[in-house]
Amino acid sequence: MITTKIRVVLPPHLRALAGIGGEVQLDTTLDAAGRLTQRNVLDALEACYPMLRGTIRDHVTHERRAFVRFFACQEDLSLDPPDAALPDAIASGAEPFLVVGALAGG
Amino acid sequence: MSGVRVLVGTRKGAFILSSDGKRRNWDVSGPHFMGWEMYHLKGSPADPNRIYASQSNSWFGQIIQRSDDGGKTWFQPGTPVGEPTTTPQGMPKGESNKFVYDDSAETGKPLTTHQFYDGTQKPWVFKRVWHLEPSLTDPDTVYAGVEDAALFRSTNGGQSWHELAGLRGHGTGPKWGPGAGGMCLHTILLDRSDPKRIYVAISAAGAFRSDDGGANWRTITRGLKSSYLPNPEAEIGHCVHRMAMHSSRPRTLFMQKHWDVMRSDDAGDNWREVSGNLPTDFGFVIDVHAHEPETIYVIPIKSDYEHIMPEGKLRVFRSRTGGNEWEALSNGLPQSHCYLNVLRDAMAVDSLHPCGVYFGTSGGQVYASSDAGDNWAPIVRDLPPVLAVEVQSLP
Repeated sequence: MITTKIRVVLPPHLRALAGIGGEVQLDTTLDAAGRLTQRNVLDALEACYPMLRGTIRDHVTHERRAFVRFFACQEDLSLDPPDAALPDAIASGAEPFLVVGALAGG
Repeated sequence: MSGVRVLVGTRKGAFILSSDGKRRNWDVSGPHFMGWEMYHLKGSPADPNRIYASQSNSWFGQIIQRSDDGGKTWFQPGTPVGEPTTTPQGMPKGESNKFVYDDSAETGKPLTTHQFYDGTQKPWVFKRVWHLEPSLTDPDTVYAGVEDAALFRSTNGGQSWHELAGLRGHGTGPKWGPGAGGMCLHTILLDRSDPKRIYVAISAAGAFRSDDGGANWRTITRGLKSSYLPNPEAEIGHCVHRMAMHSSRPRTLFMQKHWDVMRSDDAGDNWREVSGNLPTDFGFVIDVHAHEPETIYVIPIKSDYEHIMPEGKLRVFRSRTGGNEWEALSNGLPQSHCYLNVLRDAMAVDSLHPCGVYFGTSGGQVYASSDAGDNWAPIVRDLPPVLAVEVQSLP
């Protein structure tokens, strides 16, 4: 089992909910093929901060909530499959995985 | 009584307004949960320090919060069964925001589609908790009315929630449809004289009653007439905005419907209109005086297309005859250039003497009357738009 330390940035509402002051650093387990995926990241995040369960993805289906987006390395990864490999820069911790509230509402 | 605590939910946080029994000077606490929509907060009648709150927004969904010290501190009560109450880092866990519709064979696989705006059938999708109704006797039991419309119950202080699936299993689900605000279960009335009797109301399906603690339900819509339905007297489809009752007369119900103020004296089996001389019978709130079961309050709104005060005047209307004969109450309320709305959960009464009446507006004002509505004054003027107002009368 290979673990890696990654960085996650949450929007202000979720930082307040989880009592987080800034960027989160997480020890994350890579999948069987040695890749880091969205699912790995969110599983690790929710394991460390269970109060975030249901706020980023559905409790049961694990579908991304409609107004939540995932950005990394200047790319929008929101529509990528949850088991697709994330960029190496995320897995190495060089770049953060960004959870972003979409532009919606007022 | 030593005082009152007014629980205010707004579009951008919650506020708690406290006063002694004179209700002249107020302490304002908040915002709690800044930036979140607080659809409802309500205290337990069995333990005034126990308060439940519904916190949500469109981005991040539903959170349930609980206070055990009268709103000074809050926490999420949910913890997965069998797991420690905190993470190794000391963080609280988050199962209390998990509302999953019951589709088990044991409960009859309740219908899972409802009518959408365009007439097609859509599956039930949980969106938020509109209303929390704590048990009259047990602080750890609380009901939640949700969108898409269903009734949930927690018996462990909000840690976990289970649907009372008999309501959606009633058989009329495919005819339920959303109102403009969504398909929400917004009213839950508990009968102090009969622990197994529960009333609920849904926009836009109608009203329902259970006589067995929520296992089975019947529609209680006979006498309602809604011109926006192909059959105005249909069993299902009425946009009930709010129901209220006095605890001493649990068979007498009052209803503010989309249009029409209604009354039933037989536990909802039959309804009759009591709009009488109201300037308009459209509105959202309705409530009953704490000590006079025939004294009721509404706040008329101009129309379904114009959710503003008629004539630019903010007036509460009171009937001391259980409806039909209404008097305008305006002392202390703006009587010109006032174009506000008051939403369905944004009026409440206290049980002090004289009875206090409270309501919150879309403009962020919370008004209070400490003399049953004769005179009014704002407690606060500039909150975010008010979604809900509840009052606790403190011993």
